[in-house]
Amino acid sequence: MLEWRRRREPSSLMLYASPLIAVLLTMLIGMIVFTAMGYDGFHAVRDIFLTPFLEPQRWPDLGVKAAPLVMIALGLAIGFRANVWNIGAEGQYIMGAIAGTGVALATYDMTGWWILPAMALAGILGGMAWAAIPAFLRVKLQVSEILTSLMLTYVAVQGLYYLVRGPWKDPDGFNFPQTRMFTPDQTLPVLAEGSLIHLGIPLALVIAVIAWLVMEKTTAGYAVKVVGLAPAAARHGGFSSDTVTWATLLAGGGLAGLAGLFEAAGPFGQLTPQFPTGYGFTAIIVAFLGRLNPLGIVFGGIVLAATYVGGEIAQTTVKLPQAATGMFQALLLFMLLATDVLVRYRISWKVRAV
Amino acid sequence: MNQPREQEVPPRLALAHISKSFPGVKANEDISLSVRPGEIHALLGENGAGKSTLVKIIYGVQHADEGTISWDGETVSIPSPKAARRLGIGMVFQHFSLFDAMTVIENIALGLDEAVDREVLKARVAAILDSYSLPLDPERAVHTLSVGERQRIEIVRCLLQKPKLLIMDEPTSVLTPQEVERLFETLRQIASEGCAILYISHKLHEIKALCEAATILRGGRVVATCDPKLESTKRMAELMIGAELRQIEHKPGAGAGAVRLSVQDLSLAGEPPFGTDLEAVSFDARAGEILGIAGVAGNGQSELLTALSGERLASSPDAILLDGRPIGLHGAGQRRAAGLACVPEERNGHAAVPDFSLADNSILTARHRLPLAPLGFVARGDVLRFAQSVIQRFDVRTTGPGALARSLSGGNLQKFIMGREIGQQPAVLVVSQPTWGVDAGAAAAIRQELVDLAAKGSAVVVISQDLDELLELADRLCVLNEGRLSAPRAIASLGIDEIGLMMGGVHGAGESTGATHA
Repeated sequence: MLEWRRRREPSSLMLYASPLIAVLLTMLIGMIVFTAMGYDGFHAVRDIFLTPFLEPQRWPDLGVKAAPLVMIALGLAIGFRANVWNIGAEGQYIMGAIAGTGVALATYDMTGWWILPAMALAGILGGMAWAAIPAFLRVKLQVSEILTSLMLTYVAVQGLYYLVRGPWKDPDGFNFPQTRMFTPDQTLPVLAEGSLIHLGIPLALVIAVIAWLVMEKTTAGYAVKVVGLAPAAARHGGFSSDTVTWATLLAGGGLAGLAGLFEAAGPFGQLTPQFPTGYGFTAIIVAFLGRLNPLGIVFGGIVLAATYVGGEIAQTTVKLPQAATGMFQALLLFMLLATDVLVRYRISWKVRAV
Repeated sequence: MNQPREQEVPPRLALAHISKSFPGVKANEDISLSVRPGEIHALLGENGAGKSTLVKIIYGVQHADEGTISWDGETVSIPSPKAARRLGIGMVFQHFSLFDAMTVIENIALGLDEAVDREVLKARVAAILDSYSLPLDPERAVHTLSVGERQRIEIVRCLLQKPKLLIMDEPTSVLTPQEVERLFETLRQIASEGCAILYISHKLHEIKALCEAATILRGGRVVATCDPKLESTKRMAELMIGAELRQIEHKPGAGAGAVRLSVQDLSLAGEPPFGTDLEAVSFDARAGEILGIAGVAGNGQSELLTALSGERLASSPDAILLDGRPIGLHGAGQRRAAGLACVPEERNGHAAVPDFSLADNSILTARHRLPLAPLGFVARGDVLRFAQSVIQRFDVRTTGPGALARSLSGGNLQKFIMGREIGQQPAVLVVSQPTWGVDAGAAAAIRQELVDLAAKGSAVVVISQDLDELLELADRLCVLNEGRLSAPRAIASLGIDEIGLMMGGVHGAGESTGATHA
């Protein structure tokens, strides 16, 4: 029978191997489930997890999907390290896009290099403002940020619906619920002519490196980790958990808001009711797949981006339903949490005498 | 004991060649010992010497890899604590397993292996309390009892089973001197009725007072068997730690310097749910002196430490003066920068982060006074050098600055934490339970460092339950009882009985509500 033994020290091998094991288990179980449902399970898994990497023409799409995931997950991971559970990045992502779009609509008749930076700034501030509400409620009233941040997501979604159907509706848009298209000065520059690769992709990598430096090399990152691991020791060392709660929620909100603005000013080019794509929720999986390590998150973002890109491929090749993408992502989170026990426990088969 | 000894009577408990290994450690190696009926036998050794493992084997919690156990002359196997109790083995653990919200009699009923009618149980408990003259009210709720009274519940639990062998694990670590004396009387009476007692401790004078045989363990092996009444305390200590004991050297001319830390009418609400309010605590600590604060745990010790460390703030800046500057409203970091260092009692999770390396743990409290993180950027090289210097100077046994704090034994981690604070040359060091759970060799080293720090002109405040430690270290002593602090008295003018009475709550004429002059 299976025997579980607590390790004396957490296994550093398993710390890095368990996300890979989780990915492999997700592929295996996904294959079994879809075969049982009557699909071609083998090809489904191949198209979702391998084809996006094997076909170079898919790579730009991979980067476009990975960039917002990585950006949001970086902010979330910093909070998770401090035991601040911001589950509402999706709402902050939407609010960032709304705030940036507000700037875009206000500057519709203008031109200038400063418009896009102003939109980005508004995006950051919009996300921060939305995250400030859970921060305030937790610090002042000890309200769980898990509930407040999650619920605020739905408020943000309704706010978006109202704006695109009401005051921000494109006057020349044949009554479609959407804003005007952004002007060239309001759109993220494309890096390679004719491709989708926009400025957000290299920026996500730069932010990952900065986040890594902050977490590993500064007392600010140290404060975040101490507050998460040992709150009493943090107080003893003179670190304020209230400050850390504020800072991590604002950082998470700001990055999610920036990602939202980049999405609006990049692939979308306007706001529509289809804007909330669930990146804010998927980023939670990215953060854990990357082991809450900023550099690991880049890897995690690429894997989750593959499930989006591959999910679309599998829709045409194996006629998989669109919901399959979400199922694979959920399965991956489940496997990640399950394999995490390998870090602290050793399992072995033991034949027990009767 | 006074009863006649007959050679033919087999020993109550005899262990032969017991060995037990855990991955990476030989906890017990070829241990043999025997205890006669009516004998009080000491099991002596430092933390990690293998006492706990051996006792767990006897009580059926763990199983020996090799060796045999015989009971009244017959070889037995003890697969579980229940089997141990059936044989007649009772054990009083160092940490009690009692439900605070329930009464004494309810707790006793819960601890029994079989259901006993409440009235019958009451009568049996009353009989035991009476025959051993133990003061204990069976109807009182446990949370209202002192530690000594709680221990009596555990003893009564054991006595109900009419034990033939009673194991006492470090029973005096939290008792006042009066409670210790009372416990010893009870134990002597139990032994005189033919029950063998295995008494685990590292307090040598207690063993001299109580026991008639001692087995000394070191590194999992028996290093000596002796009669503690004949052997000198120093010799037993040296056998226990395997080296010559360092005597603490007090440098002459210490004390009587300027006031470095002055606390005036410091009041603070207790930490929920069972905290004790500090009520108008006042004292001065002077350059060059060690001020001892005695008292049984739970009388406001942790509140006093967090109030001094800055983890909780005073209500006015003048409540705490450091070298004359008001710091009552300064946070923990500012107080450290100003020169007030504190070491709380709890090492893991309070004084140190268990999942951090020793190097990272030095950043926690040393970054204010040492340039470990200039402009917020951690200077990795300087951090490693500082951690390494603490490890060397304080003889911390570890693999290096990269070792996780949780991988160190309690004593080694405490040496590291003390070294981290002393290495910053604080103006005032406040330390709670500096040698709690620390082996004798490390404890002596830590105490010497405290004395040396005071000799260099710092003021040292030691909050401790261990009276021997305070008597050895302190120049002046006061007692914290129910959140109130007595006026300090010079150690030389105090008798141990007097301190015991102060600890137990009987305030003498020395009780203070504001006066701080010794």
